[in-house]
Amino acid sequence: MCLAVPGKVLDIEERDGTRMATVDFGGVVKEVCLEYLPDLQVGEYAIVHVGFALQRLDEESAKQTLELFAEIGLLQEEFGDAWDMAAEAGGGGTLPLAGEDVVEEVRK
Amino acid sequence: MKYIDEFQDPELARRLLDDIHATVTRPWALMEVCGGQTHSIIRHGIDQLLPKEVELIHGPGCPVCVTPLEVIDKALEIASRPGVIFCSFGDMLRVPGTGRDLFQVRSEGGDVRVVYSPLDALRIAQQNPDREVVFFGIGFETTAPPNAMTVHQARRLGVTNFSMLVSHVRVPPAIEAIMSSPSCRVQGFLAAGHVCSVMGVGEYPELAERFRVPIVVTGFEPLDILEGVRRAVRQLERGEHTVDNAYARAVRPEGNPAARAMLEDVFEVTDRAWRGIGVIPDSGWRLAPKYRDHDAEHRFSVEGIQTREPAECRSGEVLQGLLKPHECEAFGTLCTPRNPLGATMVSSEGACAAYYLYRRLDITNAAREATPVV
Repeated sequence: MCLAVPGKVLDIEERDGTRMATVDFGGVVKEVCLEYLPDLQVGEYAIVHVGFALQRLDEESAKQTLELFAEIGLLQEEFGDAWDMAAEAGGGGTLPLAGEDVVEEVRK
Repeated sequence: MKYIDEFQDPELARRLLDDIHATVTRPWALMEVCGGQTHSIIRHGIDQLLPKEVELIHGPGCPVCVTPLEVIDKALEIASRPGVIFCSFGDMLRVPGTGRDLFQVRSEGGDVRVVYSPLDALRIAQQNPDREVVFFGIGFETTAPPNAMTVHQARRLGVTNFSMLVSHVRVPPAIEAIMSSPSCRVQGFLAAGHVCSVMGVGEYPELAERFRVPIVVTGFEPLDILEGVRRAVRQLERGEHTVDNAYARAVRPEGNPAARAMLEDVFEVTDRAWRGIGVIPDSGWRLAPKYRDHDAEHRFSVEGIQTREPAECRSGEVLQGLLKPHECEAFGTLCTPRNPLGATMVSSEGACAAYYLYRRLDITNAAREATPVV
């Protein structure tokens, strides 16, 4: 619910008097409202939550966050089919225990 | 800390952990407020990497979890009405109301639609002028501005068939309620980074001072959380209690002023019931009187619906950090993600579901080891 995903602004247009952008989230493209970051420009990155850009983010931070999210499946959770996920919900324990490798590495 | 170059860099994780281990001299209990952080902590085993002296208590920061049962029942009632298109974020579909959920309402013929953004719901209303379109507006300060903007746009564009069922909650009053409880064990807070990216940090110094707790604004990725813990432990060991921003790449002190201004315009502060906790004064937002035309509770006359929480669900104690999920008798038996008793088992940001998904094997093995062989 509170996941906010960094995305890159591909283009910007006014629609119904509202500043809207097409934003790329590591391959998933969504329409995003820019009313809360009106001076955001094409090529810049922002943290996006439920279709609204809320705060600027530098490119390096954004890319690394996106890589991590893709790796642990959070992008699928955010942009996947909610009906499918709700129907499948409850299959606890079938997911890979993400982070185990890191835990193992650190414990060594 | 300047931004970490490699999130999955075990060397960096080790350095942060070494620092925490070297700093800590006695037990400390920290609460991560946000459900997204809870999910990350359990998923990545962060709590198991920390010194045994540092306990992470999972707070009430999952909006799906704390939405009261009666609000879910109001949503189910509205979604079942003929002619209504009920729009919601996906994570509300399986939250159980009294006897059913939105998923079931849809299977019974209700027109329930999942949207990515509240603006999608507004567009559906524009495309279906002969239908009543209702959006389920829940969430913390991160989600409230998008919902506020959507109501504002509905008014501006004259979309009269759009309304919102609003049950927004605010973090600072929840921190105040937790710290005011006689059974409170929390000595420091990891504040939710994305809430602060909207609201800034202005509400926290007074709380840090009054309750003498460090409050560290923290991100969601594993190394962000380690850094938040490191800074909180450092303050506690020094006897300090200040507000510290460990998520500066996304949080500015003033937050997002445009978003805050829109919240002021569209919503007004109100008392709000939190599932499992009860009413917390001034802890929520409802639509301001001038936007009442777009208030679904008023439009569908569901203000009177009242529902009692199921007694066997102890999610309230979990949400306040008084009980670990696996210490509940119903955990994994009566209560699983497939058959959740309470919302902490429904949402992946709920502490119970996180434990079930990522800890079940550990818990089962521990129980097996603890059982004497007859």
